[in-house]
Amino acid sequence: MTSLDKMPSAAAEDDGYVPSARRLEREAFKRGRTRKATAIAALSTLVTAVVLYLVIVNSPGWERTRETFFDPAFAKKALPDVLEGLWLNLRLLVVCGACVLVLGMLLAVARTLRGPAFFPLRALATAYTDFFRGLPLIINLLIVVFGVPALRLQGVTTDPVVLGGVALTLTYSAYVAEVFRAGIESVHPSQRAAARSLGLSHRKTLRYVVLPQAVRRVVPPLLNDLVSLQKDTGLVSIAGAVDAVYAAQIIASREFNYTPYIVAGLIFVALTIPMTRFTDWVTARMDRQRAQGGTV
Amino acid sequence: MTSTPVLRLESVRKTYRARHKETVVLRDVDLEVPAHTVTALIGASGSGKSTLLRCVNLLEEIDDGAIFLDGDDITDPRADADAVRRRIGVVFQSYNLFPHMSVLDNITLAPRRVHGVDRAEAEERARELLERLGLGGKAGEYPDRLSGGQQQRAAIVRALAVRPRLLLLDEITAALDPELVGEVLSVVRDLKEEGMTMVIATHEMGFAREVADQVCFLDAGVVLERGTSAEVFGAPQEARTQQFLKRIVEAGRL
Repeated sequence: MTSLDKMPSAAAEDDGYVPSARRLEREAFKRGRTRKATAIAALSTLVTAVVLYLVIVNSPGWERTRETFFDPAFAKKALPDVLEGLWLNLRLLVVCGACVLVLGMLLAVARTLRGPAFFPLRALATAYTDFFRGLPLIINLLIVVFGVPALRLQGVTTDPVVLGGVALTLTYSAYVAEVFRAGIESVHPSQRAAARSLGLSHRKTLRYVVLPQAVRRVVPPLLNDLVSLQKDTGLVSIAGAVDAVYAAQIIASREFNYTPYIVAGLIFVALTIPMTRFTDWVTARMDRQRAQGGTV
Repeated sequence: MTSTPVLRLESVRKTYRARHKETVVLRDVDLEVPAHTVTALIGASGSGKSTLLRCVNLLEEIDDGAIFLDGDDITDPRADADAVRRRIGVVFQSYNLFPHMSVLDNITLAPRRVHGVDRAEAEERARELLERLGLGGKAGEYPDRLSGGQQQRAAIVRALAVRPRLLLLDEITAALDPELVGEVLSVVRDLKEEGMTMVIATHEMGFAREVADQVCFLDAGVVLERGTSAEVFGAPQEARTQQFLKRIVEAGRL
């Protein structure tokens, strides 16, 4: 990279272009407008924050609330246990998340198959999504975690974490399948026509033309489901596995202080934010590579 | 006072920036479009014709210079872009009809939601225009069920429905077969008869020659040559223009 690259773009041109007074005036005006907008936004944020702070701090029960919810000593004490529990949530999230994406995609694709030969597969996929999307997760978990071991099958695990993971995967892949299907159906039919006209088979059309566009469109709702899954991984604690929330609950009920819950909650929030920013960044970068010119 | 031109461009400069690299798309472009005249922009693909039209409709922000619509500087950051666009109609090369709406709804969207025309009146005007452009029976159809020429005519009706002061046509026949080209161009011819002010980016040289009062030849973002259609097509001065027109003639398109 030469120093030329870093020069102001207007001056980097070699066609003798000099910004006119009109341009400079306009840019000054736009800068001023941006400054004003930023100042207004900052001020209104500040005012809102101060008002909220005053309302909360001056509420009659604030002292008591602070002791039970925001006690630094308890937070410090709870942190190691909560983090240890979190490790379980993370493992479940990664394994279940991967399984959910694969299974969800397979289900979605199965539902788009055309032709009578695929009717059983299509019907099965439809029945699956209908059933598991409607079944409350907690009931699904109870059935799988307590029902499967009760069968006393040889060689089938009774580990509540594994069974809980299976139950989560069953429910979430039904959700995710519908998200993928929405994406697939949002791709304009002309795209499919163009791909088929090139001689691509149904499968290759899906693989190279439809799915790449479909997946790109459903990234935000997909992330929604993954974040939701991340939080629901805590439900495996109904069978006794200790995750972050259950670890907090143990401490909270022993010490009569709710600070561990706040700690666990903040950690969950802190985990999802980088994930969201990362996908935003990836999709924004993809958009930039494709489009030229301004947006309206 | 002599009448102000409907559209005037003054030393317009437009660049695109991608990863520290800057491309100048329009350089010092001056243009005047008097009322009730047709200006044709000709030139190779990538010479900046479409960008110029997009700048006029404020879909792109220009870097320098100014664009005046009826004497008002519309590129001033204080100008209301939506108000400007209300006075300009645009027809795009790839139609850009809304696929989720019927033709009639496509056409009445802006009159009803932007200009506050009531439904009955908007639909009456839409049907009248559709009839005139030979789409009488297509009001209830969805865009994807129409042929290219029909879609393009529907797009023209959509632009006309709000009675624009200025109509921008961006290579509107580029995606059509010769028969449909004739169909769409005759619509443009009729509009000229009615006195519509238009700026047309086109590859149809014969049409540009016939219909344009003013022809501008763009090359690499610069208006290299301009004049009446007889001047530019009959006796081009610039070597680049001569070369371009010669190629067109060789290709049998003039």
